[in-house]
Amino acid sequence: MSAHTLPIAANVSPAGMPPTRWRRIFSLENRFVPPVFITVILLIGHFSFGILESFERTLLAIITSIVIELLLGKVFVGTWPNVASAYISGISVGILLRSPAFWPYALCAAIAITSKYVVRVRNRHIFNPSNFAICVILFLASEQVTTLSIQWGNNLGAMAVIWCLGSAIIWRLRRFHICATYVLSFLGFAILRAHMVGDPVLSEISPITGPEYQLFIFFMITDPKTTVRSRLGQCSVVFCVAAVEMVLRLHNNIYAPLYALFMVGPPALLLEMWMSSRKGRVEQNLQNRIAGSPAH
Amino acid sequence: MKHKTQLRLLLALVFAGLLVTPLLINRVNARRHQANAVALGDSASLARHGFYLQEIAHSAGIDFVHQAPVLDAKLNPIMPEVASIGASASVVDFDKDGWPDFYVTDSAYGTKNRLYRNMHDGTFRDVAPQLGIADVNQPGTGVSMGAVWGDYDNDGYEDLFLIKWGRPELFHNDHGRGFTRASDQAGLPPWINANTAVWFDYDGDGLLDLFVGGYYSEDVDLWHLKSTRMMPDSFEYANNGGRKYLFHNLGNGHFEEVSEKLGISSRRWALASAAADLRGTGHPDLFVANDYGVSELYLNDGERFHEAGSKSGVGFAPKSGMNVAVGDIFNQGRYAVYVSNISEDGFLIQGNNLWVPKEGSRDSGLHYENMARDLGVELGGWSFGAQFGDLNNDGNLDLYLTNGYVSLDRKKSYWYDFAKVAGGNASIISDADHWPAVDNRSHSGYQQKHLWLNDGAGKFVDVAQAVGVSDTYDGRAVAMADFFNTGALDIIVANQRGPLLFYKNTVTPRNKWIEFSLEGTKSNRSAIGAQVTIHWNGQEQVQQIAGGCGFAAQNDSRIHFGLGATPEIEQIVVRWPSGKIQTLQSWKIGQVNLVKEPE
Repeated sequence: MSAHTLPIAANVSPAGMPPTRWRRIFSLENRFVPPVFITVILLIGHFSFGILESFERTLLAIITSIVIELLLGKVFVGTWPNVASAYISGISVGILLRSPAFWPYALCAAIAITSKYVVRVRNRHIFNPSNFAICVILFLASEQVTTLSIQWGNNLGAMAVIWCLGSAIIWRLRRFHICATYVLSFLGFAILRAHMVGDPVLSEISPITGPEYQLFIFFMITDPKTTVRSRLGQCSVVFCVAAVEMVLRLHNNIYAPLYALFMVGPPALLLEMWMSSRKGRVEQNLQNRIAGSPAH
Repeated sequence: MKHKTQLRLLLALVFAGLLVTPLLINRVNARRHQANAVALGDSASLARHGFYLQEIAHSAGIDFVHQAPVLDAKLNPIMPEVASIGASASVVDFDKDGWPDFYVTDSAYGTKNRLYRNMHDGTFRDVAPQLGIADVNQPGTGVSMGAVWGDYDNDGYEDLFLIKWGRPELFHNDHGRGFTRASDQAGLPPWINANTAVWFDYDGDGLLDLFVGGYYSEDVDLWHLKSTRMMPDSFEYANNGGRKYLFHNLGNGHFEEVSEKLGISSRRWALASAAADLRGTGHPDLFVANDYGVSELYLNDGERFHEAGSKSGVGFAPKSGMNVAVGDIFNQGRYAVYVSNISEDGFLIQGNNLWVPKEGSRDSGLHYENMARDLGVELGGWSFGAQFGDLNNDGNLDLYLTNGYVSLDRKKSYWYDFAKVAGGNASIISDADHWPAVDNRSHSGYQQKHLWLNDGAGKFVDVAQAVGVSDTYDGRAVAMADFFNTGALDIIVANQRGPLLFYKNTVTPRNKWIEFSLEGTKSNRSAIGAQVTIHWNGQEQVQQIAGGCGFAAQNDSRIHFGLGATPEIEQIVVRWPSGKIQTLQSWKIGQVNLVKEPE
């Protein structure tokens, strides 16, 4: 998951004047929105329905994330990094991971943050850190770990609050098209899947009504650090995520969305990097050619 | 620059180490498991663990195979899931001959329950038909889900309460010679879809009262569904289950339903319950394990109940509670409570709960911590019935757990389809029509059972396969009793759609034992709720007589203590439900000691 730093929309008032301090604080357009939002999700989910395995485990994941982020940031970047992104990673691990043991929370958080500094291409990390770490843990420690897969209570209240709040925030952050494309793709593929396997349509739609998907949609697939830049590209990528997820679901994989993002996200980023470097080279060649050609 | 590169290399190594860590942990766990996963043979098991078990059902004259209910055809696609409970086992000495008998339930229409009389020669004979408690699964009346025994009229013979999805039944025991239906006189409701019940005297008036926990709502007739919206409305927060009942014994064969009046009003999906004096107040508290939700702990102040699940810690994280067993596992005179849940690699790891009271919390308000992981009794598959008992007489309570949900086609699993619906919204999960068909697929089937031996030093070690437990049926109820009066706790296991298993226990003669058979006078005559505390070799262990515990089960009412090799008993104290404290003046090790409540 980990939106890390969700994109911050231009923070300028209509009149072109800098916003007031209070407006900045209460605006949806500030860097604290994602951490606050995920904390709200955690608190609503937990105090309404006790979704956490325990406070201690979630706290362990958060502290591990922040400590490692501070350490690695200082050592490899030379400055103390902003820990908002690490906080989101930790809290994501704390919510999404389900294990009676403590060590998976610490290990998963450690893998998430470390991956940002190790798995890099052209000085950019290509995996969504939480997604990477959770997939690794699910794959390698399936005897000890699962993900949050249950609903939040038996009423629509909590779910509606999170969908509405999440949509509003994502809209202001100009990434609603990513979520909408994914949801529509999921629903389309769910209907197709139901048709193919002969199960009730609602049973195929059912997973997206659970909290795991709310976190996945609002925090993971919208992570600006690990998504491509163009709107069309972003929509295409999440459509591909939904498509790969469908294939995984046809093979009875219950972690299908997480694995799908794991498989689709990095290749999409690499493709974008390759295309932009190719474009850069072509432009450079063109410029060189223009510079080298005789003057008219 | 070079320094930075070295740091990056070091970080990459650390990262690789992090990735490898889960594999190393898995390997260590697998090695530990493998060490005890080999059958040792009788003599080796006796030497190493102090006992061994032999499955002797057939040779003991027990040929019972449980049949599952066949419900409304609208449920056909998911019938194996909804008809997955009903096998039960309860131990009772119904004829007062000093040899434990047992009763098992069947669950298809037209099938007959069995009452196996102990023939004193190592065999059992079904006497249910001639005594009138066999043909109780007739169309229109529902089917059996369990049974608990208690002498509600204090005539000296244990009466039978039959737990059903259907019309609950109370049978009066006519001095061991037959049973008379007493349900109408008792004033029981016409229909309850229940899976758990407990006899206990909550108000200490000397008359046994009865708790019954509903599973499906009582207005659902599972054979004639008005709607398929009868499933739980959440996998972990369901509140649309059956109601709970507390029948107060009025003493004239009548019972008054007082649950709401006394503070018990939840509609969670109860699957198991047990009553025990968890705080030493003299009033039995009630612990209820609910499927699809949190457990409930009803603290009894002598006048009414106060739900303290969340406050005490046992009702915090919702799981799939399927068992309540109570035992003094640390020999400290305090009960721990074992609640079984679901664990399936790669799908759902709830982990079972071993609730241990925190030090000093009895007086200041009860607080529990879950020590299942620390003690090694956490992962037991799709766990059902479990019971504590000292199986090798070393003085420490061991734990037997049965498991396995639906065993059909070994190669196909229903888990994926189950998980995708279980995580959905209430409107989806609560309608059986929205559930994908099972199509003969297994769902946590063919699971290996667990027998955790308490080493007395804070660890339980699984020795099931080593000592002779190798079955993989869909286990439901576990009950323990010294059936052959040899000082060894034998185990019966009721399996869903499977044979009843009888594990005869042989214990090393090196370890000593003592048993107690209690009879109340001022207290209820069954002495349900009476506690015996033995102080020996500088430690103490408390046990109680329970009117039902585990999952759909009841152990022998005689209390069995293992004492180890060289016991020196310092004191034996009986606390009766009437509040009377009796310190025994004499006792005999290696015998069943009869104790009557002083007038």
